[in-house]
Amino acid sequence: MTDFPWLLTMIAVPAVGAAVVAALPRGREETAKQAALGVSLLVLLLAVLATVAFDAGGERFQLTTSVPWIPDFGVDFALGVDGIALVMLLLIGVLVPVVVLASWRDEPTGHRSMKTFFAWLLLLESLMVGVFAATDVFLFYVFFEAMLVPMYFLIGSFGGPRRQYAAVKFFLYSLVGGLVMLAAVIGLYVVSAGELGEGTFAFDALRGMEIDPGMQKLLFLGFFVAFAIKAPLVPFHTWLPDSGAEAPIGGSVLLVGVLDKVGTFGFLRYCLPLFPDASRDLAPYVLALAVAGVLYAALLAMGQSDMKRLVSYTSIAHFGFIALGIFAFTTEAATGAVLYMVNHGIATGLLFLVVGMLIARGGSRQVGDYGGVAAQAPLLAGVFLVAGLASLALPGTNSFVSEFLVLIGSFPTRPVFTVLATVGIVLAALYVLLLYQRTMHGPPRGVLLEPSPETSAPATGGGGGATAATATLEAPPPAPARLRVRDLSRRELAVAAPMVALVIALGVYPQPLIDLIEPAVAATMSDVGADPAGVSPEAPVEGTD
Amino acid sequence: MIEAPDLSLAALAPLLFVFGAACVGVLVEAFAPRESRHPVQVAVALVGTLGGLVSSLLLAGERQVTAGGALAVDGAAVFLQATIAGLGALSLLLFAERSLDPARSAFVAAAAVPAGSPRDRELITAPRVQTEVYPLATFAIGGMMLFVAANDLLVMFVALEVLSLPLYLISGLARRRRLLSQEAAVKYFLLGAFASAFFLYGLALVYGATGSIRLSAIREASAGEAGGGVLLVLGLALLVVGLMFKASVAPFHAWTPDVYQGAPTPVTAFMAACTKVAAFGAILRLLYVAFGTDEWTWRPLVYGIAIVSMVVGAVLGLTQTDLKRMLAYSSIAHAGFLLTGVLGYGSGADGTGSGLGATMFYLLAYGLTTIGAFAVLTLVRDGDGEATHLSKWAGLGRRSPLTAAVMALFLLALAGIPLTSGFTGKFAVFRAAIDDGAWPLVVVALLASAVAAFFYVRVIVLMYFSEPAVDGPTVGVPGLPTTLVLAVTVTATVVLGVVPGAVLDLAQQAAIFVG
Repeated sequence: MTDFPWLLTMIAVPAVGAAVVAALPRGREETAKQAALGVSLLVLLLAVLATVAFDAGGERFQLTTSVPWIPDFGVDFALGVDGIALVMLLLIGVLVPVVVLASWRDEPTGHRSMKTFFAWLLLLESLMVGVFAATDVFLFYVFFEAMLVPMYFLIGSFGGPRRQYAAVKFFLYSLVGGLVMLAAVIGLYVVSAGELGEGTFAFDALRGMEIDPGMQKLLFLGFFVAFAIKAPLVPFHTWLPDSGAEAPIGGSVLLVGVLDKVGTFGFLRYCLPLFPDASRDLAPYVLALAVAGVLYAALLAMGQSDMKRLVSYTSIAHFGFIALGIFAFTTEAATGAVLYMVNHGIATGLLFLVVGMLIARGGSRQVGDYGGVAAQAPLLAGVFLVAGLASLALPGTNSFVSEFLVLIGSFPTRPVFTVLATVGIVLAALYVLLLYQRTMHGPPRGVLLEPSPETSAPATGGGGGATAATATLEAPPPAPARLRVRDLSRRELAVAAPMVALVIALGVYPQPLIDLIEPAVAATMSDVGADPAGVSPEAPVEGTD
Repeated sequence: MIEAPDLSLAALAPLLFVFGAACVGVLVEAFAPRESRHPVQVAVALVGTLGGLVSSLLLAGERQVTAGGALAVDGAAVFLQATIAGLGALSLLLFAERSLDPARSAFVAAAAVPAGSPRDRELITAPRVQTEVYPLATFAIGGMMLFVAANDLLVMFVALEVLSLPLYLISGLARRRRLLSQEAAVKYFLLGAFASAFFLYGLALVYGATGSIRLSAIREASAGEAGGGVLLVLGLALLVVGLMFKASVAPFHAWTPDVYQGAPTPVTAFMAACTKVAAFGAILRLLYVAFGTDEWTWRPLVYGIAIVSMVVGAVLGLTQTDLKRMLAYSSIAHAGFLLTGVLGYGSGADGTGSGLGATMFYLLAYGLTTIGAFAVLTLVRDGDGEATHLSKWAGLGRRSPLTAAVMALFLLALAGIPLTSGFTGKFAVFRAAIDDGAWPLVVVALLASAVAAFFYVRVIVLMYFSEPAVDGPTVGVPGLPTTLVLAVTVTATVVLGVVPGAVLDLAQQAAIFVG
C-alpha cells in the first residue's frame, strides 16, 4: 500500500479532472459541476488513504516518489510528505469538495461559464497538492509560482466589482515575492555546489549543510519575503483584503484556507531547517511582525464595513498567531501553529462560506445592509455563530486548542510577545461578536427587507388596476418592516454540516492530528537546534475535553 | 604562389543550402511566371531553410576551423545556425500566410509606388503579391548563420551587412500603414548604417592594435603587450556597440520600438527572433574567443549595459499602449536578461561554459515564444489591418477564447512563469550569472522581471477580465502556415517549460567555441 504513488496520483487526478472539465462542450454546466465534485471527493479519499498509509512514528518523509526531471539543473521530481504536509493535504481534500458544493449555484458575471471556474479550481487543487508534497526546492518553487495562475483567473474572471485591480495586485505581490525567492533558490543551489561538491535542490541534502552565517541571512531573507507576502505578515499584507474581498467565495476560502498557508508552511519547512542560525538570529524581528499583525489586523477588522474584507483581516491576525508559534522555537508552540493552520482553514473557511451565503441572499457585502436575520433564518444564524466562535477560539471549538497550544508553548521562550498577542484574543471576540450581533440580531433592516405588503398587493390581488391605484393613493403608514430570508437550503446545509462537525470534533478530540504533526515538528525543531523535547502537547489538550 | 584555402564543404553545408536557396529565389523571381511565383518562392525558401536546419543538426559535434580559418564550425555555431534556420523557417511561414489579409498578403504589391497615390490605392486591393521578400529573407537568414560562425572580424562584418541590408528593405514593405513602415525602414537603415560604421571603425582599431583580424590571433595579442592598450579597448568598445545595436540592447535600442511597430508583423517576428539569436551569437564569439583573456576584462562594460537594458526595457514597456511597441521593449528587456547569461560564461560548476549553454537555450526559447506572440498579433484585425492598440484587445478572451489562451501562454512565458520555456531560460541564465558571482546583476534582473511582468499581465487582464468593446476587432481564421507556426511555438513553449532536460543538455553539450 505504501508503494502506491499516492502523492503523484493526488496531483494527477485533479489535473486530469481540470482538463476534462475544460474540454466539456459548452452548456454542459451540470456535468462539469458533477465531475468537479466527483474528482474533488476522489482526492479527499486519496488523502484519507494516504494518511492511513502514513506511519506517524516512521521516517520523516514518507510516500516518496522521485524521478529525475531536469538533470542539467540537478532537479528531481521528488515528492514526499511529513506529518505537517500530510495534514495540509487533508485540509485541501476537505475544503475543495466543500468549495465546489458551495459554488454550485454561483452565477458568474458576464457570459463566463462556471465550467471554466471548476476547471481552474481543480487545476488549483492539483498545484496546491504539489506545493505541499514537493521535497525538491526547485519543484516547490515551480508549484509555488504556477499556483498563481489559476488563482489569478479565479479572482479576475469570477470576482466582485473591483476584481481586475484585486487580481493584478494579487499576482504582482506574489510574483515579486516569488522572484526574490528565486534568487535565494538559485543562491542555495550555488552554495550547495560549493558545499557538497555537486549542486542539488533535494531538501534532505540541503538540510545537512553548514552555510556561512552572512550567506544564511541573505538566503533566509529571500525565502522569508516570499513567504511573508504569501502568509501574509504585516507589512506585506495589503493585497489580501483586496483579493479576499473580490474573489468569489470559493476562491476566498481556498485563498486564506490553503494558499496562504503555503507561507507559514514555508517558514517551517524551508526557513527554519535550511537556515537555522539565521532563523534564530532574526526570530525577534519576525515575532515583532507577527505580534504587530495580530493587533493591527484585529483593529482594522473591527473597522471594516465590508464583511469579506473583515474576514480577510481576521485571517491576517490569525497568521500572526501562526508565525508566533513557529518562531517561538518550541515543539509545543510549533505543533500548535500547524494545528492552527488546519483549524484556521476550517474555521475561517466556514466563516467565509456563511458570509457568502448571506451575501448570496442580500447581494451586498456591507455589514450595515443586514440586521435581524436570525429571527427568520435560524440555521444560517446558527452556523454563522459557530463559525464566529471558532474564529475567536472559544473553548470547545477547534481553534481554541491550537491557539492555546501556541500561547502556552511560546510563553516560556518569548513571554513578552506572547502576552501582547493574548490581547489579540480579546480583540477577536470584539470583531466577531460585533459582526454577528449587527447582522443577525437587532431590528430587521437592510437589503433583505421586504417591501411593505400594500405595495406588493397588485401581485396578490390579481389585476384590478383600480384597487392598486387606491392603495397607493391612500399612502398607508409605513408597515412594520419584515425580513424575508430563506433559511439554508439542503445544498447549503451539506456545505456547512461537515465543516461545523469538524469544528466541534477537532475542538474536542484533536489528538489524531497532533499525533501526525508532532514528530515532524520535533524533527524541524531539532534541525533548528531548539529544545526538541518541549512540553508534552497532550497536557493542555486534555483540559479541553 | 597562392594556395587554395582549405574548405570543408560538409561543414559549410547549412550555409550553402540557405544561400543556394536565396540565389535560386532570385532566379525564380526573374524567370518564373507571375502566377506561379508565390508557391515556388515559398517552397524554395522553405527547402533552403529546412535544409539548413537538417544539415546543421547533422553537423552536431563538429569542431573545426575551415575556409582558411575564416569560419569556425563548432558546437555553438552549429546550435545557433540550427536555431536561426528553424526560427527563419517559421518566420517564412508567417510571410506566406495568405488567408488573413483580405488583400492576401502582408506585403505591399509594389514598394516603389508612392504611398497614398492613386496607383497605390488601386494596388491595396489588387490580387498581386510581393514575392521578392522570400529571397531577401533567405539572404538575411544566410547572413545570420554566417554571422554566428565568423571566425574573423572581416567575415563577421560581411555577414553583418548581408543580414542587415535585406532587413532594411523588407521592413519597409508593409501593405498597410505604408508611411509608418517606410519611416521604420529609413530609420533602421540610417541607424543601422551608423552602427555598421562603428563596427568597421572598431575593426580597424583592433587590427591596428593587434595586427590581425583573426579572433584567435587577437586573443593572443590582447593577452600579450597589446592587452589593455587604448587602441584595443577602444576598438572592442566600438565593435560591441555595433553588435549591441543589432541585438537591440539599450542604450543602443532607439530604433527598436519604431521599427518593430512599422515593419510588417511577420518581418517583426523574424527580426525579433532571428536577428537576436545571430547578434548574441556574434557577441558571445567576439567576447569569448577574441577577448576572453584573463589579463583584463570587458565585464564591467557588459555588466553596465545589461542593467541599463533590463531597466529601460521593463520601465518604458510599462508606458506602451501598442502591443508591437510593448513587445519591442520586452525584447530590449530580454536582451538584458540574455547579457546576464553572457556574463556567466566559463563559470559553470564543472568549469565549462554553463553561461554559453544557458544563453543559447534562452535564445531558442525566447525566439520561439516571440515568433508565436507576433503570429497571434497577425490574427487580430480590424478594417485597417492588424489591431495592435491595447484597447482593441479588451475582452478578446470572450470573443475568441483559443486565440486569447495562446497569447496568454506566450505572455506568461515572456514573464517567466514556471512551467513555460521562459522560466527555464531565465533560471538557466540567472544560475550561470550567480555562479559567476554576479549577485547584484541577478537581483536587478529579478526586479526588472517583476516590473515587466506587469505589462504582460495587463494584456491578460484586458483580454480576460474586461468587457469586449462594441466595435472590437475580428479574429481572423489563420491559414495552414500560421496554424503550423502557432502549433510549433505553443508546443515548444510548453515542452521547454515542462520537460526541458533534453534540449538543455543539447545546448550544454554544444557550448563549445573553437578559435
